[in-house]
Amino acid sequence: MSDELDYSALGLKVGLEIHQQLDTKHKLFCGCPTSLASDDVPRKTVERYLRVAKSEVGEIDPAALYEMRKGRKIIYEVPEGHACMVELDEEPPHELNRDALTITLAVAEALHSKPVDEVYVMRKIVIDGSNTTGFQRTAVVAFGGWVEDEEGKVGIQTICLEEDAARKVEEGKGYIKYNLDRLGIPLIEISTAPDIRSPEQAARVALKIGLLMRLTGRVKRGLGTIRQDLNVSIKGGVKTEVKGVSKLDLIPKVVKYEAMRQLNLLKIKEELLARGVKERDVYDQPIEITEILSGSGSKLVSKALKRGEKAYAILLKGFKGVLGKEVQPGRRFGTELSDYAKAWGGVKGIIHSDELPGYGIGEDVVARIYEVLGGDPGRDAFVFVLGNPDKAFRALKAVGGRAKHALQGIPKETRGANPDGTTRYLRPQPGAARMYPETDVPPVRITEDMLREAAAIKPPTPEEMLAILTERHGLSRELAEGLLRDPALQTYLDLVEEVEGVPPQLVASTLLVHLKGLKSEGVDPSAITYEVLKEVLRAVAQGKIAKEAIPEILLKYGKLGGKTPIKEIIDEFGGVKVEDLDSLIEGVLSENEEVVKAKGERAFSLVMGKVMGKVRGRVDGKLVAERVREKLKDFLRRSS
Amino acid sequence: MGSRPNPGDLVRVVKGGLVLEGVVMPTTEFSDPNSLVIKLSNGYNVGVDVRDARIEVLKEKMYEVGKVPEAGETSVSGSGKMKMSFISTGGTIVSKVEYETGAVKPAITAEELIEMVPEYKDEFSSIEVLELYRILSEDFTPHEWGELARITYNKLRGGADAVVIAHGTDTMAFTAAALAFSLRRLPTPVMLVGAQRSSDRPSTDSVLNLKACPVIAREAPFGEVVVVMHGSTSDTYVLAHRGVKVRKMHSSRRDAFQSVNDVPLARVDFPSASFKLLNRRYLKRSSPSDLELRGKFSDRAALIKFYPSMDCGVIDHFLDKGFRGIVLEGTGLGHVRNQCISSLRRAVEEGVLVAMTTQTLFGRVNMKVYTTGRKLLEAGVIPASDMLPETAYVKMSWLLGNYGDLNLDELRKLFLQDVAHEINPRHELNLYPRWFHGE
Ligand SMILES: [Zn+2]
Repeated sequence: MSDELDYSALGLKVGLEIHQQLDTKHKLFCGCPTSLASDDVPRKTVERYLRVAKSEVGEIDPAALYEMRKGRKIIYEVPEGHACMVELDEEPPHELNRDALTITLAVAEALHSKPVDEVYVMRKIVIDGSNTTGFQRTAVVAFGGWVEDEEGKVGIQTICLEEDAARKVEEGKGYIKYNLDRLGIPLIEISTAPDIRSPEQAARVALKIGLLMRLTGRVKRGLGTIRQDLNVSIKGGVKTEVKGVSKLDLIPKVVKYEAMRQLNLLKIKEELLARGVKERDVYDQPIEITEILSGSGSKLVSKALKRGEKAYAILLKGFKGVLGKEVQPGRRFGTELSDYAKAWGGVKGIIHSDELPGYGIGEDVVARIYEVLGGDPGRDAFVFVLGNPDKAFRALKAVGGRAKHALQGIPKETRGANPDGTTRYLRPQPGAARMYPETDVPPVRITEDMLREAAAIKPPTPEEMLAILTERHGLSRELAEGLLRDPALQTYLDLVEEVEGVPPQLVASTLLVHLKGLKSEGVDPSAITYEVLKEVLRAVAQGKIAKEAIPEILLKYGKLGGKTPIKEIIDEFGGVKVEDLDSLIEGVLSENEEVVKAKGERAFSLVMGKVMGKVRGRVDGKLVAERVREKLKDFLRRSS
Repeated sequence: MGSRPNPGDLVRVVKGGLVLEGVVMPTTEFSDPNSLVIKLSNGYNVGVDVRDARIEVLKEKMYEVGKVPEAGETSVSGSGKMKMSFISTGGTIVSKVEYETGAVKPAITAEELIEMVPEYKDEFSSIEVLELYRILSEDFTPHEWGELARITYNKLRGGADAVVIAHGTDTMAFTAAALAFSLRRLPTPVMLVGAQRSSDRPSTDSVLNLKACPVIAREAPFGEVVVVMHGSTSDTYVLAHRGVKVRKMHSSRRDAFQSVNDVPLARVDFPSASFKLLNRRYLKRSSPSDLELRGKFSDRAALIKFYPSMDCGVIDHFLDKGFRGIVLEGTGLGHVRNQCISSLRRAVEEGVLVAMTTQTLFGRVNMKVYTTGRKLLEAGVIPASDMLPETAYVKMSWLLGNYGDLNLDELRKLFLQDVAHEINPRHELNLYPRWFHGE
């Protein structure tokens, strides 16, 4: 498969949904702090069940719905000091956190969005237990606006303020467990229009919006505090939602692979139509094949049968070879079908004819399965699953439905991002979500006072940011402009803020010059994490190492594959004590006694050069110069 | 700005370059008077100030708002054994928000009940749902108590094996006590059920409470009026509290209802739905033909909470208005300030029944220990033992309603007589709850 896609020919359209936790003192609807509980915080547990009439569910997550129907127990951990009666759904929510609203208004203004006149909090039904209430509280705060980008302006659709969900701790047979500390932390949700045209632009715009929120100084930082969802479509495809892209670097890959998936699914459709396959060729009435398989000698099968499971199969006429077609790197059409079986039937996966013989299932067994199903081994495909009849039937019904849909094109899905940038099926896309008014929270009129407060924390414009970098941080205009255009700006600001005593100039040159220089040395700059940079710069600020050592330290760390702790490398480069330096200088002076005596004070550069040759990178040049100057004076005084 | 569109209309709002389309929602008590609330196609509601907006009605009455079906009686049949009568009086348990319109619908039909608790189909042979009232529980009066008692009596006479009464939780304990005094010799428990989280929420407590009802109806050996509500903040068990001994002890928690000075009659554990009797002291089920109704209530009884410096004229006020019974919620063992004793003496002299309960709720009044108590006793104030103030008040209203022609001495005797185990003669150590003390 060709790796390069022509996105404008494909008609790629991407929209972003960015969720960012706010750094407020209290949660959105109660007085609890917005910090997560450490593991040693004492906790109590509460057990609940959710129930909802089918007519009330907008977004049907088949697995969650099925679990709820079956009466899955939801266990909540209630860490002391991090959750109260409000998170427990035992007390009505308090009024909407005004500080969170102010931050949202500030972000809205920076994005040129127009605030609503009165904010109404809604309830969005969520049945997986991540909200104790069974719904998420959310409100539209502003509409419209845009982000500037070199590939063209990207529109903003809505800016919402909502509550974060509880943190999933574990899941087991018949139960799911959440920690309530995260529930209720304020989140801003920014939805862009599908104006993005390339994978790189998607990442860039996500970064810009993230940076803008970061510049209010009022949002949380660190792992899990910002999450991106994407919606992706190509010409002839459908708008597919991809949830939970937590890392920015993954965005271009997710976009690329999703465009690729849609393109390949369209090709599969063409292929099936060309073969004359019709919907009725999908036989979705499962046929039991336990007996045929029991003699196969397959370990996978015999294990399942030992658990009391059975095998059921369906025939897909005319599908031979299609299930084995790759739609994304490492994911075949068969994987897509398998996702459906997992989501709807709760089975471990499917086995299909395009991967057989395999799994210890031989040619003869395959032939017998074809025979029982009445299929043509040269033309048809089959899928089977292992499980109890209830699960297996639901799984195969979903597989059949998905296979039929292949004839129409691409189903509307909500998908989840895998760590490699590919995506997997999560659930069908919701219609309009079912939203009920949150009658327990009074609406909030946006007043002039609130807008004034918001203006005070509004993130700076690029011009204002340039002024901060040149005037407050003392960067050269060239460096400042470079930073403004660079994704490293956020890291720069974080480092300047977090590493005490480090000159901003040094941070900027480390990020823009040294870090980028690693590439030409064959080291991937992304191997240098934020924490590593912080350690190195802190060592410089504390005088442990010379700033000249930075490139070498980073290079060494990168070349060792990041396996050696950065502290060890720093220690290697540090450790030249002033006494050692002094004796080194004295050595150089006596070795070159004649020249030094002849040149007098003008011998400085000569001595300096020789000393630096020995300690470069291990001690600050300024310090060396200072010591050389003093020692040289002493030396000349003594010898005169 | 022109005339304002009505809730349910589809409108287009143009405002400073922004164009919004949506359905007009009813405003709330807290909405800004200049706001128009519209529901957008993405489901969100937003408030728009109409003063600087141009509003165009695209379609009138896209939805009917506030159209509530007539209250009435509906029924469904099931495959179980018991006949169930479900009487709805209103409250959180039956109120639902319509998602299209945002209007609160305080109505329930048999079909909707089955949708809430599908298990009922297997438990009952028939389910009759009567929407008697659609009122908030704070709007109940002795008149409704009497009517509800009569209707419950008729349902039981008509062969109901289980009676479930949906009720707002705020005054549920008052109504429970009223029914307990009215319905003598019950053939089956009469169950009051409520919800602290409304039934349209996925986290509602109503479903578990309702699920406990057929279990209690089937298994309970007692024939008493009970309040059936969560026993814990977890969805792990439901309690059946004796109607005359129960009190709402928290403003919002699921387990707000607790028995005071008594042990709950029974619990139903979940998910096993197993019944466990907790209290051996109960009124046994009687034969249906023995059922008796004494269901009149007087609205001439009052409940007065004493506080330091209370103006004793409050008592005189009720006397002047012709009240015939006063329940005092006094301090500690049963006291009010000495200045008020003369007003209370006047009350007794005028033939008014006066009883003393305690605002400590836990424990029993004893007016023989201190001088003030002895003076109150001497003035003719009846010590109400360990009765809850609310129960004593309902009992007085009931006595005056049914036995109003008796003389004061006879009424006093009746008041001190235990009718529905509202008086518990023995308090054991575990009747007082444990609070958190840092352990
Ligand atoms: Zn809280």
